[in-house]
Amino acid sequence: MSTAPVQGAPTADTPVTAGAPPRRRSVVAQPLTRAQYLTTAVLGFLGLLAIWTAITLSGLVNPLFLPSPLAVASALAEQAANGQLLEDVTVSTYRVMCGYLLATVMALPIGLLAGSFARVEAVVEPIMDFIRYMPVVAFVPLTILWVGTDDAQKFLIIWLGTFFQQVLMVSDAVRQVPSSFRNLGATLGLSRLQILIRIVFPSSLPRVWDALRISLGWAWTWLVVAELVAATSGMGYRITQAQRFLATDVIIGYVLVLGVLGLVFDQLMRAGGRSLFRYQKGRS
Amino acid sequence: MTLLTARKVEVANVTKQFGEVTALSDISLTLGQNEFVSVVGASGCGKSTLLSVIAGLEPPTAGSASLGGHVLTGPGRDRGVVFQSATLLPWLSALGNVEFALRGEEGLTKKQRIDRAREVLAQVGLDGFEDKFPSQLSGGMQQRVALARSLSYGPEVLLMDEPFGALDALTRRTMQELLTQVWEKHRMTVMLITHDIEEAVFTSDRVIVMTPRPGRIRAEIPIELDRPRHADLIGTPAFHSYYTEILALIHERGH
Ligand SMILES: Nc1ncnc2c1ncn2[C@@H]1O[C@H](COP(=O)(O)OP(=O)(O)O)[C@@H](O)[C@H]1O
Ligand SMILES: [Mg+2]
Repeated sequence: MSTAPVQGAPTADTPVTAGAPPRRRSVVAQPLTRAQYLTTAVLGFLGLLAIWTAITLSGLVNPLFLPSPLAVASALAEQAANGQLLEDVTVSTYRVMCGYLLATVMALPIGLLAGSFARVEAVVEPIMDFIRYMPVVAFVPLTILWVGTDDAQKFLIIWLGTFFQQVLMVSDAVRQVPSSFRNLGATLGLSRLQILIRIVFPSSLPRVWDALRISLGWAWTWLVVAELVAATSGMGYRITQAQRFLATDVIIGYVLVLGVLGLVFDQLMRAGGRSLFRYQKGRS
Repeated sequence: MTLLTARKVEVANVTKQFGEVTALSDISLTLGQNEFVSVVGASGCGKSTLLSVIAGLEPPTAGSASLGGHVLTGPGRDRGVVFQSATLLPWLSALGNVEFALRGEEGLTKKQRIDRAREVLAQVGLDGFEDKFPSQLSGGMQQRVALARSLSYGPEVLLMDEPFGALDALTRRTMQELLTQVWEKHRMTVMLITHDIEEAVFTSDRVIVMTPRPGRIRAEIPIELDRPRHADLIGTPAFHSYYTEILALIHERGH
């Protein structure tokens, strides 16, 4: 839920097809313009909101379990007004960033090496493959015993949830660089190391960036998991507190905010990718 | 047109096995100094393998390739390679890609490298496109950049593996003429791999015909057509007779 499914998002250079006089139906689906896409997306959200409102107005569901959109909005507004929301968002964002950056800083070199050298790959990947299938949630009790319940434990959970996947995705990105690029480097008289540094790594960067973007979404999920179990602050903690007081409006409000945060960070990473890799055509 | 000139590249009894597959079987050939030689043959007959052996990218299972009398043991800047896909570094401009190849030249300042890169890009008709990224260039233009990159550092031998194979027919013709013009002006030793017989006859001094399973040399045809060559050569009877002769050799199986 934290990685926003905006895969088919249009790009600036999608051809504008609207306004062609004789409107004929093409066999192939026409891509939407950016405006069309956004309008449709907004309508989708409004539709969902309308259904939600209709259900709450119909009285079919106890408002204790499903509060109206208005109730959720006012609960959120209250949290915002008394500073609680900002505090929770800040603490959670800080934890995500620390855990995520820690994982990234470690995964990048290991992934790059594993993607470049078969021997490193043979050492690293089977281990990573094994560990990544262990459910991270099951590590929560262990991490609490190891490092307690303060921030370090949150970092550790996020790290466990992202690091191993990142290594595998980064090494895969490196391996996907066509071998003709290595051959090119060799014919230009570059050494193996020079080929890696000057040709292979830069070539893999756009894919590496995408891997990092996707894993940032996971980091948010693991943060909430960690905060739900043992925390005295943060978004997840507030949700468990709200559960105690049956404050479903706060719970739903916070879940929505988490969704928005995930979306915002994803879009920031996309924008970063677009500006870093301007040379790529049609990067979304 | 046979060896009036010095032997530049010598491939001596080269066999190359990939496991069970014999890609090259006891191949011997020479490229004369400043000679333009094409290698034609059906797909899978070992053309690319032959080029890789000369480029130093694949070691031969038996036999050797040498350049100027020295046995080749690996790739090097004395040989320039143009691959079928342009393999341009996507984050560098056309100019940047050529300049990248020149970084290996000792004693060139950045300014000199850029000047040289501009010069070579102009030679292949790309003046005005220096600042374009590969993604902004057509397939033909990308191959021009790749050609310029290989020419830029002045290798003794230019090796090309179906460089125009992925281009449309019209662009391919333009590129063949361009290559011929550049070569006629700056003579160098060239080996061009192609499956396009017209391309081989039009560009070359000599055409080597290979047959598959295992990869062997079937024939070597000297092309005694006058230079400079222009597109209208392709319609002439002399050209046509080379074309049919080579076509027959390629289709003749197991002689
Ligand atoms: N790296 C490789 N590993 C295994 N087999 C290969 C390899 N490269 C080429 N071959 C095999 O060698 C034969 C010749 O290939 P190639 O030189 O690419 O032919 P061509 O360029 O004429 O199409 C083919 O049968 C091909 O499958
Ligand atoms: Mg080939």
